[in-house]
Amino acid sequence: MKLFIKFDFNAICKKVLETRLSELNIKYKILAFGEVELLEKVPTETYQLLTSSLDEYGIEIVENQKSILIQKIKDAIIDMVFNEDSTINVKSSVYLSEKLGHSYGYLSNLFSEVTYTSIENFIIIQKIEYTKQLLLSTDLSLTEIAFKLNYSSVAHLSTQFKNSTGITPSAFQRIITKRRNMAQQ
Amino acid sequence: MPNDYIHIILADDDEDDRLFFTDAFDELNMSTKVNTFNDGVELMDYLLCEEAILPQVLFLDLNMPKKNGIECLNEIKSNSKMADIAIAIYSTSASEEDIEETFVLGANIYIKKPSSFKQLKKVLSEVVSMNWQYHTNGLNKDNFLMRL
Repeated sequence: MKLFIKFDFNAICKKVLETRLSELNIKYKILAFGEVELLEKVPTETYQLLTSSLDEYGIEIVENQKSILIQKIKDAIIDMVFNEDSTINVKSSVYLSEKLGHSYGYLSNLFSEVTYTSIENFIIIQKIEYTKQLLLSTDLSLTEIAFKLNYSSVAHLSTQFKNSTGITPSAFQRIITKRRNMAQQ
Repeated sequence: MPNDYIHIILADDDEDDRLFFTDAFDELNMSTKVNTFNDGVELMDYLLCEEAILPQVLFLDLNMPKKNGIECLNEIKSNSKMADIAIAIYSTSASEEDIEETFVLGANIYIKKPSSFKQLKKVLSEVVSMNWQYHTNGLNKDNFLMRL
């Protein structure tokens, strides 16, 4: 005898999710197809149990993998900027795709989709933050900082600083110094 | 969690400016919740009450009746409960003195009110996304200065 069966994938997935989430005592809300909101912080152990119990059904938690990859991209960029020796003469796109094992196009799209900014812009933000930090905590001149951060010229760094923050490096330094003096009074 | 709303407040006595501001955010689709207040007194009353949801970014007009932007800025900066709020000055003035003074007093962002709606949307989205970078990447907020 043969049975012919019709599935409602949506209903099946929903039922499986509900059962598994309740078994683990996780408070949740099913938002839409393919989206679940966890209402409380879930301990790592429980989270792993959830991942493996859903795995049996071929259900995979996607969003979280994305955010792990995003974090890896960010960490790699921060390492690249703050650890300037590691990347001399390597293009950042090449560096990132080699380090993370994905094409740059994929990384770049994913990054823009999730973080409200692009990889290129994120790198600039980090470089400018590092510049600020160096300006305030060391005696290095802007020229020396530009050299340290692999800028082709001090003008290039200065322009990028101004474009990114709207103020010049020297105005930045002056304002923060005034603030600190005020706080001491 | 990424699904959380970004809370935004604007204090401005000009009704048209408040309206443009909320319209701009409505069109931006950035999962923001925007609250507006008509003057500095209303704003501070709200921020100081127990159940207030403190915003991630607070936009302050400088010239307001009853209590002006600078007075609000000073009160907020001297209250440790509000230390995490990024302050954006939102003013028609672009005098270098105003800009530098408010930065020194602790403002993070200075915006000269844009003349077109399109420009306003661009500026607001830049502010929110830059603040988001500081917020999510553990950047040092003491060094957060931006002028638009």
